[in-house]
Amino acid sequence: MEKIKEFFRTFLLVELLKGMALTGRYMFARKITVQFPDEKTPQSYRFRGLHAQRRYPNGEERCIGCKLCEAVCPALAINIEVAEREDGTRRTTRYDIDLTKCIFCGFCEESCPVDAIVETRIFEYHGENRGDLYYTKPMLLAVGEKHEAQIAKDRASDAKYR
Amino acid sequence: MINIEIDGKLIETERGSTVMDAAHKAGVYIPHFCYHKKLSIAANCRMCLVEVEKAPKPLPACATPAADGMKVFTHSEMAVKAQKGVMEFLLINHPLDCPICDQGGECQLQDLAMGYGGGASRYAEEKRMVMPKEIGELISTVEMSRCIQCTRCVRFGQEIAGQMELGMANRSEHAEIVSFVNSAVESELSGNMIDLCPVGALTSKPFRYTARSWELSRRRSVSPHDGLGANLAVHVKDNKVMRVVPVENEAINECWISDKDRFSYEGLNSPERLTRPMIKQNNQWIEVEWTAALEYVANGLRQIKAGAGAEHIAALATPHSTLEELYLLQKLVRAMGSDNVDFRLRQSDFALETQGAPWLGMPIAELNSCDRFLIVGSFLRKDQPLIAQRIRNAVKSGAQANVVHAADDDLLMKVANKAIVPPSKMADMLAQILKALILRKEAAVPAELLEVEPCDAARAIAQSLSSGERSAVLLGNLAQQHPEASRLASLANQIAELSGARFGFLAEAANSVGGHMVRALPESGMNAQEMLKQPRKAYLLLNVEPELDMHNPDLAMSAMKQADMVVAMSAFRHHASEYADVMLPIAPFTETSGTFVNNEGTVQSFKGAVKPLGDARPAWKVLRVLGNLLDIPGFDYDSSEAIREEAVSASGKLDNRVESVSYKAGGTVASLERVADVPIHFADALVRRADALQKTPDAAPPSARMNGEVIRMLGLNAGDEVSVGQGSARARLKVQRDDRLPSGVVRIAAAHPLTAGLGPMFGEISVERA
Repeated sequence: MEKIKEFFRTFLLVELLKGMALTGRYMFARKITVQFPDEKTPQSYRFRGLHAQRRYPNGEERCIGCKLCEAVCPALAINIEVAEREDGTRRTTRYDIDLTKCIFCGFCEESCPVDAIVETRIFEYHGENRGDLYYTKPMLLAVGEKHEAQIAKDRASDAKYR
Repeated sequence: MINIEIDGKLIETERGSTVMDAAHKAGVYIPHFCYHKKLSIAANCRMCLVEVEKAPKPLPACATPAADGMKVFTHSEMAVKAQKGVMEFLLINHPLDCPICDQGGECQLQDLAMGYGGGASRYAEEKRMVMPKEIGELISTVEMSRCIQCTRCVRFGQEIAGQMELGMANRSEHAEIVSFVNSAVESELSGNMIDLCPVGALTSKPFRYTARSWELSRRRSVSPHDGLGANLAVHVKDNKVMRVVPVENEAINECWISDKDRFSYEGLNSPERLTRPMIKQNNQWIEVEWTAALEYVANGLRQIKAGAGAEHIAALATPHSTLEELYLLQKLVRAMGSDNVDFRLRQSDFALETQGAPWLGMPIAELNSCDRFLIVGSFLRKDQPLIAQRIRNAVKSGAQANVVHAADDDLLMKVANKAIVPPSKMADMLAQILKALILRKEAAVPAELLEVEPCDAARAIAQSLSSGERSAVLLGNLAQQHPEASRLASLANQIAELSGARFGFLAEAANSVGGHMVRALPESGMNAQEMLKQPRKAYLLLNVEPELDMHNPDLAMSAMKQADMVVAMSAFRHHASEYADVMLPIAPFTETSGTFVNNEGTVQSFKGAVKPLGDARPAWKVLRVLGNLLDIPGFDYDSSEAIREEAVSASGKLDNRVESVSYKAGGTVASLERVADVPIHFADALVRRADALQKTPDAAPPSARMNGEVIRMLGLNAGDEVSVGQGSARARLKVQRDDRLPSGVVRIAAAHPLTAGLGPMFGEISVERA
């Protein structure tokens, strides 16, 4: 009996028709293709994209050069040098993130005691040369300045879960 | 011996030891802050509370004597609750600034808070704030709020450094560590307070904010400075030495190092480092390749040998050079047919013949158990900071220190008897002590001592020495640099023999003993003094800055200037550019492998911690290639270990026995004579370039120091500018009153650019108003 069923199934192309039916259904279903860059998918406030260095509202940079992010970074993408600034505070003289090494795990943000290094929602950045993706301190600060409003809002939304 | 039980483990421990000691023995860790094995017990941090059976309350392990049958629980409910409570109290006022704290990552409080503290604090009120103090160039106290009042630094000052420079002022919440009336901490051992501080209250100023502890790789090394050979850990990041800390070695440096050992690393990265071989052509220095530079040197030496004769080649090395370097240098010079090689640069009397290499005469650790000392001619605290510490320790437990010296510098210990006399009278004073000893022992008086009449001080010293059971007679740097060094050594040796004391030399530099062992000194040729008095045509200088490192800078400079060829092998650019023909950049101790033989004859080898800077090369490699270029057989070494093995197998033994040199009373006495000390932070090329050390009071520019009587006699006032002269050599200095000097003496430090134009370290000197 089974053998006969199998025989008809093979010659009547039931599977093919099933597949075609599925394709056909999607032809008339509502499309979910996002027309990037005109359209964008919704993002979580925990999205981990391009890094940024933040400043306090008074303009002072947050980073104190504790090097915890450098220590925790699993890809060894962060490179920091620290010195004492004239006012006696501990500040970085160099803060580089090699985005070609970075795996966007977010540990740096997690480890930061002053919320200085953060990962923003930005993911559509590029470089024409490999060196372009080597972000230095002024570049990171510039990202932070540009997107501070969004960054602050995202941190505030996440705060209650921390 | 008694038996106690800690956490169920039965331990046998000595009667009188504490629970902490017993736990240590058993390998049970009890958390603590104020306890330190080298310091007295304070029991003020309360972190080491443990439960003891039958005791109603937890007891501090560090201050509770172990009793027979005692049962101790370090992890019981009571103990854990007590430790957690103490930790919460300690953290109430401790700022949570670990991210910017230099101690972060190696902080005892951080570790113990992790292990024994609670997860969060219940304290939400304001924390106390302690104002920062300024206590000098080496220790940063900007964050005194971090202090947990363990008083380790205070006890270190009192008990180890010998001067209480920090103290605890006020009570309870207002208690804070302060220096006296905001004066700086000036001890030559002050850096150890940084290690002792269990939190980040006292941190290293030169190291401040430069690296975190987890970024540093630690490499063992040996101090290249004083004769002790302190064991060091060189902390390296990115091929750069970031700091130096001690490695514990109970037999040598215990767990301390002097500030010179700790902070001299700054000189390694000095802008004065020589990084390329250079040749002078038409009075212009040009950078060349190593091959060109070494060919040039080899040709020059060959020409001088062919022209003027091999005896016109002379080599001088500092005793801070490694054993391998000294061995190769003497081998090279001897193979060229010359015997003019010496490392005893600051010595002036070479008549002394010891049977072997002069050394301490006993293991360093035995200094602690000596009960009588006679220290002859030593600026002990500055020349031998850690040996001074050991003697201080011995004196504290009842030993008597006797001093014969030309300056009454404060040794920070109780000195039983002292005889402070001008250098020219030191031999007389030793003769008087010897005579007094002979009279006490009722031995036969040798003819040369018949006339000698012992003074009160000499009698007292003799009395002190003969009453001891384990005494030591030690000759310091000044006694070895003294123009009558052989006479002093001979007399001191006789004093030691007669009083049953051990006789020892305090080695001037890291490898003074090693230099003697590999015979980097003339057998029949010229010594360091003669090489200059009878100027040679070619000089090989290994690490030497003649105007700073030699006994007679004036003579040294004139010899260098007349020479046809001067080859300066140095890690630094220095005045050699004025008279040298070739400058070869060699590697300092962190960049080469090598060996130092310390005071007690311990052979300590170390490896390079970082790569040589620029084109600098280890000096043993330079000398090896030079040997090859000169076609000298037996210069095919592959490693410094191969050289060391050959050097050690060929080296002489340690032996202090000296030929007795006849004593003649009352030499010619100048109306005014010079006493020269080598200031601690100018003693060698590396430390001269260490920035922070150069800002300390110990590195103050030298002045003409004399006592009030001499100042009055010369019609001067303290602070006057004077011109001091030795023959044609002159220097302009300020007069400083120093009533710790004997009359007839002007103390002018050597080894400083200001006094580099002067003549010998001792002898007649004139002082005129400038």
